[in-house]
Amino acid sequence: MTVPLALLGLLERESSHGYDLKRDYDTYFGRGKPLPAGQVYSTLGRLARDGKVEIGETGPGSGPDRKRYVITDVGVTQVETWLTEPVEGEPHLQTVLFTKVVLAVLLERDPRVYLDIQRAAHMERMRELTELRRSGSTMDTLLADHGVFHLEADLRWMDQTVARLAALTAEVRA
Amino acid sequence: MSADDDFLVQAREAALSFGQTPALRGANLSARAGEILAVTGPSGSGKSTLLHCLAGILVPDSGEIWFDGRRVDTLGEPERSTLRRDHFGFVFQFGQLVPELTAEENVALPLLLAKSRRASALAEARSWFGRLGLDGLEGRRSGELSGGQAQRVALARALVSRPEVLFADEPTGALDSLTGEHVMDLLVASARQEGTTVVLVTHEPRVAAHANREVIVRDGKVTPLFVERLGS
Repeated sequence: MTVPLALLGLLERESSHGYDLKRDYDTYFGRGKPLPAGQVYSTLGRLARDGKVEIGETGPGSGPDRKRYVITDVGVTQVETWLTEPVEGEPHLQTVLFTKVVLAVLLERDPRVYLDIQRAAHMERMRELTELRRSGSTMDTLLADHGVFHLEADLRWMDQTVARLAALTAEVRA
Repeated sequence: MSADDDFLVQAREAALSFGQTPALRGANLSARAGEILAVTGPSGSGKSTLLHCLAGILVPDSGEIWFDGRRVDTLGEPERSTLRRDHFGFVFQFGQLVPELTAEENVALPLLLAKSRRASALAEARSWFGRLGLDGLEGRRSGELSGGQAQRVALARALVSRPEVLFADEPTGALDSLTGEHVMDLLVASARQEGTTVVLVTHEPRVAAHANREVIVRDGKVTPLFVERLGS
């Protein structure tokens, strides 16, 4: 969902050819996952159809496509609206973690087995992100921070759940 | 019987009670040379007590503590004190700097206690200020340092004598998130550079993630993770 809006945002900064737009997207947002060129052009096609970009003068540029894409007022408004709209808060109460724990209790299996396995996986990922944070650019660090804090929230929940297991077991099996 | 050769520090079935309250109930833990090991667990689980036993500050009621092939728990206090001074460094959560001394005198303290000449001890101490981003703070006293600066001075003091093991107990517990991150980055970078083994007690997963490995203390025991039990 963010690709069209990120491309629009980049076009608000300056009009661009598709190839240069892809290069800028990969630089700022790709993080090792470059945007396929086909997706760039199909997205630009949809944005043009919806009146959010228009094709300016064709001229010199990198890559085979010489079309220059220019953001319209409608496009600028959409970028502005998107930037100021809050993202829906994450915590969904019926998470996979929660479901697994309750199911383990219902099935009379030890949920600590699952929680320890999950904890080890979370810690492994957190170590990777911590290393990235240590060695990466500020943009890498910001992304890693986001991942680390989310993992931390899960890990705290796991610790709390272990502490509440007796009460949970009594409640679920009552 | 001797400790496993692979490990630099090791606790074997360590048990210790404070009065009627058991703090450790047969804890087993090992750290290899050069390893950064996180010891985590809830408050009151016994993780700090375990660190104090490993460091020869406390002596367990039963069980064994080993360092570099030597039994530690059977040594008397003077020998353990010498062992701590010559081989171990310490960073704690609060108040480890001597307020009457300047920052550089605080850092030089372990060298002065080991009978180094004052001039060379201070020169060695100063060399750590640049490494830890403390340039210009050499003459300040602890009251004139921010929390993050004071903790970096404490880290410099812990590392100045190039200990084989650094024991760190909640080293970022009193710091905000970003400052704590900076202190941990410096701690890990310095330990890696010097090949120092680190035993890091923390209840924060974010701090534990700086380590190579994590063990969890629950109810006075180092609980093998269920995942490890399944694999064994």
